[in-house]
Amino acid sequence: MIEVKNISKTFGDRTVVSDVSFVFETGKTNLIIGESGSGKTTILKMMVGLLKPDTGAVEYDGRVFSEMNERQQQDVRKEIGMLFQGGALFDSMTVEENVAFPLRMFTDFKEEQIKERINFCLNKVKLENRNQLYPAELSGGMKKRASLARAIAGNPKYLFCDEPNSGLDPRTSLVIDDLILELTTEFNMTTVVITHDMNSVMQIGQKVMFLYGGKKWWEGDNKGVLTTTNKEVLDFVYASEFLKQLKPGLK
Amino acid sequence: MIFMFHIGRYFLLLKRAFSKPQKFRVYRKQFFFEINHIGISSLGIISIISIFMGGVVTTQAAFGFTSAWVPIYAVGFTTRESIILEFSPTIVSLLLAGKVGSNIASEIGSMRISEQIDAMDIMGVNSASFLIMPKILAAVFINPFLITISMFLGLLGGYTMGVFTGAVSSVQYITGIQYGFMAWKIWYALFKTAIFAFIITSIAAYNGYYTSGGALEVGKSSTRAVVWSSILILLADLLITQIVFTH
Repeated sequence: MIEVKNISKTFGDRTVVSDVSFVFETGKTNLIIGESGSGKTTILKMMVGLLKPDTGAVEYDGRVFSEMNERQQQDVRKEIGMLFQGGALFDSMTVEENVAFPLRMFTDFKEEQIKERINFCLNKVKLENRNQLYPAELSGGMKKRASLARAIAGNPKYLFCDEPNSGLDPRTSLVIDDLILELTTEFNMTTVVITHDMNSVMQIGQKVMFLYGGKKWWEGDNKGVLTTTNKEVLDFVYASEFLKQLKPGLK
Repeated sequence: MIFMFHIGRYFLLLKRAFSKPQKFRVYRKQFFFEINHIGISSLGIISIISIFMGGVVTTQAAFGFTSAWVPIYAVGFTTRESIILEFSPTIVSLLLAGKVGSNIASEIGSMRISEQIDAMDIMGVNSASFLIMPKILAAVFINPFLITISMFLGLLGGYTMGVFTGAVSSVQYITGIQYGFMAWKIWYALFKTAIFAFIITSIAAYNGYYTSGGALEVGKSSTRAVVWSSILILLADLLITQIVFTH
Protein backbone atom coordinates (compact mmCIF):
# COMPACT_ATOMS: atom_id res chain seq x y z
CA MET A 1 0.00 0.00 0.00
CA ILE A 2 1.20 3.50 -0.80
CA GLU A 3 -0.20 6.45 1.02
CA VAL A 4 0.20 10.09 0.11
CA LYS A 5 -0.64 12.45 2.92
CA ASN A 6 -1.43 16.11 2.29
CA ILE A 7 1.25 16.55 -0.37
CA SER A 8 1.69 19.89 -2.09
CA LYS A 9 4.11 21.21 -4.67
CA THR A 10 4.68 24.74 -5.91
CA PHE A 11 6.89 25.85 -8.78
CA GLY A 12 7.66 29.57 -8.46
CA ASP A 13 4.31 31.15 -7.67
CA ARG A 14 2.30 28.37 -9.32
CA THR A 15 0.83 25.68 -7.08
CA VAL A 16 0.72 22.50 -9.13
CA VAL A 17 -0.41 20.08 -6.42
CA SER A 18 -2.35 21.23 -3.42
CA ASP A 19 -2.94 19.18 -0.28
CA VAL A 20 -3.61 15.81 -1.94
CA SER A 21 -4.16 12.71 0.16
CA PHE A 22 -4.91 9.26 -1.20
CA VAL A 23 -4.42 5.59 -0.39
CA PHE A 24 -3.18 3.39 -3.26
CA GLU A 25 -4.26 -0.14 -2.40
CA THR A 26 -2.28 -3.34 -2.81
CA GLY A 27 -3.43 -5.77 -5.48
CA LYS A 28 -5.42 -3.07 -7.25
CA THR A 29 -4.89 -0.78 -10.21
CA ASN A 30 -5.11 2.72 -8.75
CA LEU A 31 -5.68 5.38 -11.39
CA ILE A 32 -4.91 9.07 -11.22
CA ILE A 33 -6.94 10.82 -13.87
CA GLY A 34 -7.43 14.43 -14.85
CA GLU A 35 -6.87 16.96 -17.59
CA SER A 36 -3.43 17.87 -18.85
CA GLY A 37 -1.73 20.16 -16.33
CA SER A 38 -3.86 18.97 -13.41
CA GLY A 39 -0.78 17.73 -11.50
CA LYS A 40 -0.89 13.98 -12.24
CA THR A 41 2.74 13.59 -13.29
CA THR A 42 3.94 15.88 -10.50
CA ILE A 43 2.23 13.62 -7.94
CA LEU A 44 3.82 10.58 -9.52
CA LYS A 45 7.26 12.21 -9.49
CA MET A 46 6.83 13.04 -5.81
CA MET A 47 5.76 9.48 -5.10
CA VAL A 48 8.90 8.01 -6.67
CA GLY A 49 11.20 10.68 -5.27
CA LEU A 50 12.09 12.53 -8.47
CA LEU A 51 10.56 15.59 -6.82
CA LYS A 52 10.38 16.40 -3.13
CA PRO A 53 6.98 17.49 -1.84
CA ASP A 54 6.92 20.98 -0.28
CA THR A 55 4.58 19.66 2.39
CA GLY A 56 3.12 16.27 3.28
CA ALA A 57 4.51 12.75 3.11
CA VAL A 58 4.64 9.66 0.90
CA GLU A 59 4.59 6.31 2.68
CA TYR A 60 5.35 2.87 1.29
CA ASP A 61 3.75 0.30 3.61
CA GLY A 62 4.33 2.63 6.55
CA ARG A 63 7.86 3.67 5.53
CA VAL A 64 8.01 7.45 5.14
CA PHE A 65 9.73 7.64 1.77
CA SER A 66 9.74 11.42 1.47
CA GLU A 67 11.79 11.76 4.66
CA MET A 68 14.46 9.20 3.68
CA ASN A 69 17.99 10.02 2.54
CA GLU A 70 19.15 9.08 -0.95
CA ARG A 71 20.57 5.68 0.06
CA GLN A 72 17.38 4.69 1.90
CA GLN A 73 15.28 5.84 -1.03
CA GLN A 74 17.42 3.73 -3.37
CA ASP A 75 16.59 0.68 -1.26
CA VAL A 76 12.84 1.33 -1.53
CA ARG A 77 13.19 2.03 -5.23
CA LYS A 78 14.50 -1.48 -5.76
CA GLU A 79 10.93 -2.55 -4.98
CA ILE A 80 9.53 -0.21 -7.64
CA GLY A 81 8.95 -0.86 -11.31
CA MET A 82 8.00 1.94 -13.64
CA LEU A 83 6.57 2.14 -17.10
CA PHE A 84 7.39 5.52 -18.61
CA GLN A 85 5.27 7.41 -21.09
CA GLY A 86 7.91 7.08 -23.80
CA GLY A 87 9.20 3.74 -22.59
CA ALA A 88 12.55 5.18 -21.45
CA LEU A 89 14.34 2.06 -22.65
CA PHE A 90 18.11 2.39 -22.72
CA ASP A 91 18.93 3.10 -26.37
CA SER A 92 22.35 1.51 -26.27
CA MET A 93 21.01 -1.82 -24.99
CA THR A 94 18.95 -4.54 -26.61
CA VAL A 95 15.53 -5.49 -25.24
CA GLU A 96 17.17 -8.37 -23.40
CA GLU A 97 19.85 -6.16 -21.87
CA ASN A 98 17.22 -3.63 -20.82
CA VAL A 99 15.23 -6.27 -18.98
CA ALA A 100 18.37 -7.75 -17.49
CA PHE A 101 19.67 -4.39 -16.26
CA PRO A 102 17.95 -4.30 -12.82
CA LEU A 103 18.73 -7.98 -12.34
CA ARG A 104 22.44 -7.56 -13.07
CA MET A 105 22.51 -4.47 -10.88
CA PHE A 106 20.73 -5.73 -7.81
CA THR A 107 20.75 -9.51 -7.75
CA ASP A 108 23.42 -12.17 -7.59
CA PHE A 109 21.63 -14.27 -10.21
CA LYS A 110 23.77 -16.40 -12.46
CA GLU A 111 23.57 -15.71 -16.20
CA GLU A 112 21.25 -18.72 -16.75
CA GLN A 113 18.87 -17.45 -14.09
CA ILE A 114 18.92 -13.97 -15.60
CA LYS A 115 18.23 -15.44 -19.02
CA GLU A 116 15.35 -17.44 -17.59
CA ARG A 117 13.87 -14.36 -15.92
CA ILE A 118 14.26 -12.29 -19.11
CA ASN A 119 12.36 -14.87 -21.11
CA PHE A 120 9.68 -15.13 -18.42
CA CYS A 121 9.15 -11.36 -18.42
CA LEU A 122 9.17 -11.07 -22.21
CA ASN A 123 6.70 -13.93 -22.45
CA LYS A 124 4.45 -12.18 -19.93
CA VAL A 125 4.30 -9.08 -22.12
CA LYS A 126 4.10 -11.16 -25.30
CA LEU A 127 7.44 -10.07 -26.69
CA GLU A 128 8.94 -13.49 -27.25
CA ASN A 129 11.90 -13.70 -29.61
CA ARG A 130 12.47 -9.96 -29.63
CA ASN A 131 15.41 -10.25 -27.24
CA GLN A 132 18.08 -8.97 -29.58
CA LEU A 133 16.24 -5.97 -30.99
CA TYR A 134 17.23 -2.43 -30.05
CA PRO A 135 14.59 0.09 -28.88
CA ALA A 136 14.90 1.97 -32.19
CA GLU A 137 13.72 -1.19 -33.97
CA LEU A 138 10.52 -1.50 -31.90
CA SER A 139 7.07 -0.04 -32.53
CA GLY A 140 5.45 2.22 -29.91
CA GLY A 141 3.41 -0.63 -28.42
CA MET A 142 6.40 -2.96 -28.34
CA LYS A 143 8.47 -0.31 -26.58
CA LYS A 144 5.78 -0.02 -23.89
CA ARG A 145 5.67 -3.80 -23.49
CA ALA A 146 9.46 -4.05 -23.31
CA SER A 147 9.44 -1.28 -20.73
CA LEU A 148 6.79 -3.17 -18.78
CA ALA A 149 8.92 -6.31 -18.94
CA ARG A 150 11.85 -4.33 -17.51
CA ALA A 151 9.58 -2.86 -14.84
CA ILE A 152 8.49 -6.28 -13.59
CA ALA A 153 11.90 -7.95 -13.98
CA GLY A 154 12.93 -7.22 -10.41
CA ASN A 155 9.65 -8.61 -9.06
CA PRO A 156 8.49 -5.21 -7.77
CA LYS A 157 5.95 -4.61 -5.02
CA TYR A 158 4.93 -1.31 -6.56
CA LEU A 159 4.31 -0.59 -10.24
CA PHE A 160 3.97 2.92 -11.64
CA CYS A 161 2.69 3.58 -15.14
CA ASP A 162 2.87 7.08 -16.59
CA GLU A 163 0.29 7.39 -19.35
CA PRO A 164 0.80 3.85 -20.64
CA ASN A 165 -1.56 4.37 -23.58
CA SER A 166 -0.30 7.64 -24.96
CA GLY A 167 0.54 7.42 -28.63
CA LEU A 168 -0.97 3.96 -29.04
CA ASP A 169 -3.90 2.83 -31.14
CA PRO A 170 -7.04 1.69 -29.22
CA ARG A 171 -6.38 -2.01 -29.75
CA THR A 172 -2.78 -1.84 -28.55
CA SER A 173 -3.93 0.32 -25.64
CA LEU A 174 -6.27 -2.45 -24.57
CA VAL A 175 -3.45 -4.96 -24.72
CA ILE A 176 -1.31 -2.78 -22.46
CA ASP A 177 -4.21 -2.19 -20.05
CA ASP A 178 -4.95 -5.92 -19.87
CA LEU A 179 -1.29 -6.61 -19.18
CA ILE A 180 -1.17 -4.07 -16.36
CA LEU A 181 -4.30 -5.51 -14.78
CA GLU A 182 -3.13 -9.09 -15.20
CA LEU A 183 0.32 -8.40 -13.72
CA THR A 184 -1.15 -6.44 -10.82
CA THR A 185 -3.48 -9.27 -9.89
CA GLU A 186 -0.98 -12.06 -10.50
CA PHE A 187 1.88 -10.50 -8.53
CA ASN A 188 -0.31 -8.65 -6.00
CA MET A 189 1.38 -5.34 -6.73
CA THR A 190 0.32 -1.85 -5.75
CA THR A 191 -0.14 -0.34 -9.17
CA VAL A 192 -0.47 3.36 -9.85
CA VAL A 193 -1.51 4.40 -13.34
CA ILE A 194 -1.64 7.94 -14.64
CA THR A 195 -3.95 8.38 -17.56
CA HIS A 196 -6.47 10.60 -19.26
CA ASP A 197 -7.68 7.78 -21.46
CA MET A 198 -11.28 6.93 -20.62
CA ASN A 199 -10.99 3.46 -22.15
CA SER A 200 -8.27 2.72 -19.60
CA VAL A 201 -10.37 4.10 -16.78
CA MET A 202 -13.23 1.78 -17.69
CA GLN A 203 -10.93 -1.17 -18.34
CA ILE A 204 -8.68 -1.11 -15.29
CA GLY A 205 -9.93 1.62 -12.94
CA GLN A 206 -10.37 -0.42 -9.76
CA LYS A 207 -9.72 2.72 -7.76
CA VAL A 208 -9.76 6.18 -9.28
CA MET A 209 -8.68 9.61 -8.11
CA PHE A 210 -9.72 12.59 -10.21
CA LEU A 211 -7.49 15.65 -10.02
CA TYR A 212 -8.66 19.11 -10.92
CA GLY A 213 -6.47 22.20 -10.69
CA GLY A 214 -3.92 20.32 -8.58
CA LYS A 215 -6.51 19.22 -6.01
CA LYS A 216 -8.14 15.88 -5.39
CA TRP A 217 -11.62 16.54 -6.71
CA TRP A 218 -13.20 13.13 -6.60
CA GLU A 219 -12.43 9.50 -5.81
CA GLY A 220 -14.22 6.26 -6.55
CA ASP A 221 -13.97 3.50 -9.14
CA ASN A 222 -14.62 2.99 -12.85
CA LYS A 223 -18.34 2.55 -12.33
CA GLY A 224 -18.61 5.61 -10.12
CA VAL A 225 -16.96 7.75 -12.79
CA LEU A 226 -20.04 7.31 -14.97
CA THR A 227 -22.64 7.76 -12.27
CA THR A 228 -21.17 10.65 -10.28
CA THR A 229 -22.88 14.01 -10.26
CA ASN A 230 -19.60 15.87 -9.92
CA LYS A 231 -19.64 18.41 -12.75
CA GLU A 232 -15.86 18.51 -13.36
CA VAL A 233 -15.64 14.72 -13.51
CA LEU A 234 -18.57 14.56 -15.93
CA ASP A 235 -17.03 17.31 -18.07
CA PHE A 236 -13.86 15.23 -18.23
CA VAL A 237 -15.61 11.92 -18.94
CA TYR A 238 -18.05 13.27 -21.46
CA ALA A 239 -15.69 15.72 -23.09
CA SER A 240 -16.83 15.39 -26.69
CA GLU A 241 -20.21 16.36 -28.14
CA PHE A 242 -20.65 12.77 -29.25
CA LEU A 243 -20.25 11.42 -25.72
CA LYS A 244 -22.46 14.13 -24.25
CA GLN A 245 -25.33 12.70 -26.27
CA LEU A 246 -24.90 9.46 -24.32
CA LYS A 247 -25.59 11.28 -21.08
CA PRO A 248 -28.96 13.01 -21.37
CA GLY A 249 -29.30 16.14 -19.28
CA LEU A 250 -25.59 16.96 -19.39
CA LYS A 251 -24.70 20.49 -20.51
CA MET B 1 26.59 34.01 -8.66
CA ILE B 2 25.41 31.56 -11.34
CA PHE B 3 29.06 30.60 -11.81
CA MET B 4 29.33 29.60 -8.14
CA PHE B 5 26.09 27.63 -8.49
CA HIS B 6 27.57 25.60 -11.34
CA ILE B 7 30.84 25.01 -9.48
CA GLY B 8 28.96 23.81 -6.40
CA ARG B 9 26.66 21.56 -8.42
CA TYR B 10 29.62 20.20 -10.40
CA PHE B 11 31.41 19.08 -7.24
CA LEU B 12 28.23 17.64 -5.74
CA LEU B 13 27.72 15.64 -8.92
CA LEU B 14 31.32 14.38 -8.73
CA LYS B 15 30.72 13.35 -5.12
CA ARG B 16 27.70 11.31 -6.23
CA ALA B 17 29.59 9.95 -9.23
CA PHE B 18 32.46 8.70 -7.09
CA SER B 19 30.36 7.03 -4.43
CA LYS B 20 30.82 3.30 -3.89
CA PRO B 21 29.79 1.28 -6.96
CA GLN B 22 26.54 -0.61 -6.40
CA LYS B 23 27.71 -3.62 -8.38
CA PHE B 24 31.42 -3.84 -9.08
CA ARG B 25 30.99 -6.42 -11.86
CA VAL B 26 28.61 -4.20 -13.83
CA TYR B 27 30.85 -1.15 -13.39
CA ARG B 28 33.91 -3.09 -14.51
CA LYS B 29 32.11 -4.13 -17.69
CA GLN B 30 31.05 -0.52 -18.25
CA PHE B 31 34.64 0.66 -17.67
CA PHE B 32 35.97 -1.60 -20.42
CA PHE B 33 33.11 -0.59 -22.70
CA GLU B 34 34.03 3.08 -22.18
CA ILE B 35 37.72 2.39 -22.84
CA ASN B 36 36.69 1.19 -26.26
CA HIS B 37 33.99 3.82 -26.76
CA ILE B 38 36.01 6.82 -25.58
CA GLY B 39 39.57 5.72 -26.24
CA ILE B 40 40.07 3.11 -28.91
CA SER B 41 37.48 4.64 -31.22
CA SER B 42 39.47 7.91 -31.19
CA LEU B 43 42.68 6.23 -32.29
CA GLY B 44 42.06 6.80 -36.02
CA ILE B 45 41.59 10.55 -35.87
CA ILE B 46 44.42 10.91 -33.33
CA SER B 47 46.79 8.99 -35.61
CA ILE B 48 45.98 11.06 -38.67
CA ILE B 49 46.31 14.37 -36.84
CA SER B 50 49.53 13.36 -35.09
CA ILE B 51 51.27 12.28 -38.30
CA PHE B 52 50.32 15.49 -40.07
CA MET B 53 51.17 17.60 -37.04
CA GLY B 54 54.65 16.08 -36.84
CA GLY B 55 55.14 16.65 -40.55
CA VAL B 56 54.10 20.29 -40.34
CA VAL B 57 56.26 21.04 -37.28
CA THR B 58 59.31 19.48 -38.95
CA THR B 59 58.75 21.37 -42.18
CA GLN B 60 58.30 24.69 -40.39
CA ALA B 61 61.35 24.09 -38.21
CA ALA B 62 63.48 23.15 -41.22
CA PHE B 63 62.50 26.28 -43.10
CA GLY B 64 62.83 28.44 -40.01
CA PHE B 65 66.37 27.45 -39.10
CA THR B 66 68.30 29.23 -41.82
CA SER B 67 71.19 30.43 -39.67
CA ALA B 68 74.50 28.61 -40.00
CA TRP B 69 74.80 28.79 -36.20
CA VAL B 70 71.84 26.47 -35.74
CA PRO B 71 72.72 22.81 -36.40
CA ILE B 72 70.35 20.98 -38.71
CA TYR B 73 69.62 18.32 -36.09
CA ALA B 74 67.81 21.12 -34.19
CA VAL B 75 64.89 20.32 -36.50
CA GLY B 76 64.47 16.91 -34.85
CA PHE B 77 65.04 18.43 -31.42
CA THR B 78 62.38 21.11 -32.00
CA THR B 79 59.92 18.60 -33.35
CA ARG B 80 60.40 16.34 -30.32
CA GLU B 81 60.04 19.14 -27.80
CA SER B 82 56.96 20.58 -29.52
CA ILE B 83 55.26 17.23 -29.96
CA ILE B 84 55.98 15.83 -26.49
CA LEU B 85 55.47 18.95 -24.44
CA GLU B 86 52.54 20.56 -26.14
CA PHE B 87 51.12 19.25 -29.38
CA SER B 88 50.33 15.70 -28.33
CA PRO B 89 49.06 16.27 -24.78
CA THR B 90 47.32 19.60 -25.28
CA ILE B 91 46.25 19.85 -28.90
CA VAL B 92 45.12 16.23 -29.05
CA SER B 93 43.25 16.73 -25.77
CA LEU B 94 41.53 19.75 -27.28
CA LEU B 95 40.60 17.57 -30.21
CA LEU B 96 39.25 14.94 -27.81
CA ALA B 97 37.29 17.64 -25.99
CA GLY B 98 35.50 18.17 -29.28
CA LYS B 99 35.05 14.55 -30.21
CA VAL B 100 34.62 12.75 -26.90
CA GLY B 101 33.29 15.68 -24.88
CA SER B 102 30.46 16.46 -27.26
CA ASN B 103 29.68 12.76 -27.55
CA ILE B 104 29.41 12.30 -23.77
CA ALA B 105 27.35 15.47 -23.27
CA SER B 106 24.91 14.61 -26.03
CA GLU B 107 24.66 10.95 -24.98
CA ILE B 108 23.90 11.75 -21.34
CA GLY B 109 21.77 14.75 -22.32
CA SER B 110 19.64 12.59 -24.63
CA MET B 111 19.26 10.06 -21.84
CA ARG B 112 18.10 12.84 -19.55
CA ILE B 113 15.45 14.26 -21.87
CA SER B 114 14.12 10.82 -22.82
CA GLU B 115 13.72 9.91 -19.12
CA GLN B 116 16.32 7.14 -19.27
CA ILE B 117 18.18 8.70 -16.32
CA ASP B 118 14.90 8.97 -14.39
CA ALA B 119 14.32 5.30 -15.17
CA MET B 120 17.71 4.43 -13.63
CA ASP B 121 17.04 6.56 -10.57
CA ILE B 122 13.64 4.99 -10.02
CA MET B 123 15.16 1.51 -10.26
CA GLY B 124 17.40 2.52 -7.37
CA VAL B 125 20.52 2.88 -9.51
CA ASN B 126 22.86 5.77 -8.71
CA SER B 127 22.67 7.15 -12.24
CA ALA B 128 25.47 9.69 -11.71
CA SER B 129 27.82 6.98 -10.58
CA PHE B 130 26.84 4.43 -13.22
CA LEU B 131 26.98 6.87 -16.12
CA ILE B 132 29.83 9.16 -15.14
CA MET B 133 32.42 7.29 -13.06
CA PRO B 134 33.31 4.63 -15.69
CA LYS B 135 33.67 7.34 -18.35
CA ILE B 136 36.04 9.45 -16.23
CA LEU B 137 38.12 6.48 -15.10
CA ALA B 138 38.29 5.05 -18.61
CA ALA B 139 39.44 8.36 -20.10
CA VAL B 140 42.01 9.00 -17.36
CA PHE B 141 43.33 5.48 -17.93
CA ILE B 142 43.32 5.28 -21.72
CA ASN B 143 44.16 8.85 -22.80
CA PRO B 144 47.82 8.67 -21.68
CA PHE B 145 48.20 5.60 -23.92
CA LEU B 146 46.58 7.45 -26.81
CA ILE B 147 48.87 10.42 -26.28
CA THR B 148 51.92 8.14 -26.16
CA ILE B 149 50.88 6.75 -29.53
CA SER B 150 50.29 10.31 -30.74
CA MET B 151 53.83 11.29 -29.68
CA PHE B 152 55.33 8.36 -31.52
CA LEU B 153 53.28 9.02 -34.66
CA GLY B 154 54.04 12.73 -34.51
CA LEU B 155 57.77 12.04 -34.46
CA LEU B 156 57.32 9.48 -37.21
CA GLY B 157 55.36 11.99 -39.28
CA GLY B 158 58.14 14.52 -38.75
CA TYR B 159 60.77 11.99 -39.79
CA THR B 160 58.87 10.99 -42.92
CA MET B 161 58.24 14.58 -43.98
CA GLY B 162 61.74 15.77 -43.13
CA VAL B 163 63.57 12.92 -44.83
CA PHE B 164 61.38 12.61 -47.90
CA THR B 165 61.45 16.32 -48.67
CA GLY B 166 65.16 16.43 -48.04
CA ALA B 167 64.79 19.09 -45.33
CA VAL B 168 66.77 16.95 -42.90
CA SER B 169 68.66 13.68 -43.18
CA SER B 170 67.62 10.56 -41.34
CA VAL B 171 70.71 10.64 -39.12
CA GLN B 172 70.33 14.33 -38.29
CA TYR B 173 66.67 13.94 -37.42
CA ILE B 174 67.33 10.95 -35.15
CA THR B 175 70.25 12.77 -33.55
CA GLY B 176 67.95 15.70 -32.94
CA ILE B 177 65.18 13.74 -31.31
CA GLN B 178 67.74 12.05 -29.03
CA TYR B 179 69.56 15.27 -28.15
CA GLY B 180 69.20 16.32 -24.52
CA PHE B 181 66.31 13.95 -23.98
CA MET B 182 64.86 14.01 -20.48
CA ALA B 183 62.43 11.23 -19.65
CA TRP B 184 60.56 13.25 -17.04
CA LYS B 185 59.10 15.39 -19.80
CA ILE B 186 57.19 12.34 -21.05
CA TRP B 187 55.80 11.77 -17.56
CA TYR B 188 54.93 15.43 -17.28
CA ALA B 189 53.04 15.25 -20.59
CA LEU B 190 51.21 12.09 -19.55
CA PHE B 191 50.30 13.62 -16.20
CA LYS B 192 48.87 16.62 -18.03
CA THR B 193 46.95 14.28 -20.31
CA ALA B 194 45.34 12.51 -17.35
CA ILE B 195 44.25 15.86 -15.88
CA PHE B 196 42.85 16.92 -19.25
CA ALA B 197 41.01 13.60 -19.59
CA PHE B 198 39.37 14.23 -16.23
CA ILE B 199 38.36 17.73 -17.32
CA ILE B 200 36.96 16.59 -20.66
CA THR B 201 34.81 13.78 -19.28
CA SER B 202 33.64 15.40 -16.07
CA ILE B 203 32.69 18.73 -17.68
CA ALA B 204 30.90 16.95 -20.54
CA ALA B 205 29.09 14.63 -18.14
CA TYR B 206 28.04 17.57 -15.96
CA ASN B 207 26.60 19.43 -18.92
CA GLY B 208 24.81 16.35 -20.20
CA TYR B 209 23.47 15.28 -16.81
CA TYR B 210 21.80 18.62 -16.13
CA THR B 211 20.28 19.04 -19.57
CA SER B 212 16.62 19.96 -19.49
CA GLY B 213 14.21 20.54 -22.33
CA GLY B 214 14.52 18.97 -25.76
CA ALA B 215 16.85 18.31 -28.65
CA LEU B 216 17.87 21.97 -28.87
CA GLU B 217 19.08 21.91 -25.28
CA VAL B 218 21.06 18.72 -25.91
CA GLY B 219 22.88 20.57 -28.68
CA LYS B 220 23.52 23.52 -26.38
CA SER B 221 24.83 21.23 -23.63
CA SER B 222 27.15 19.61 -26.10
CA THR B 223 28.49 22.97 -27.27
CA ARG B 224 28.89 24.21 -23.68
CA ALA B 225 30.78 21.05 -22.80
CA VAL B 226 33.29 21.58 -25.62
CA VAL B 227 33.75 25.30 -24.92
CA TRP B 228 34.21 24.92 -21.16
CA SER B 229 36.42 21.86 -21.30
CA SER B 230 38.64 23.57 -23.93
CA ILE B 231 38.98 26.68 -21.76
CA LEU B 232 39.72 24.61 -18.66
CA ILE B 233 42.26 22.47 -20.51
CA LEU B 234 44.17 25.58 -21.54
CA LEU B 235 43.93 27.01 -18.03
CA ALA B 236 45.12 23.74 -16.48
CA ASP B 237 47.92 23.55 -19.05
CA LEU B 238 49.11 27.01 -18.07
CA LEU B 239 48.98 26.20 -14.36
CA ILE B 240 50.72 22.84 -14.62
CA THR B 241 53.42 24.25 -16.92
CA GLN B 242 53.96 27.17 -14.59
CA ILE B 243 54.30 24.86 -11.59
CA VAL B 244 56.54 22.29 -13.27
CA PHE B 245 58.88 24.61 -15.16
CA THR B 246 59.34 27.29 -12.54
CA HIS B 247 59.90 25.05 -9.52
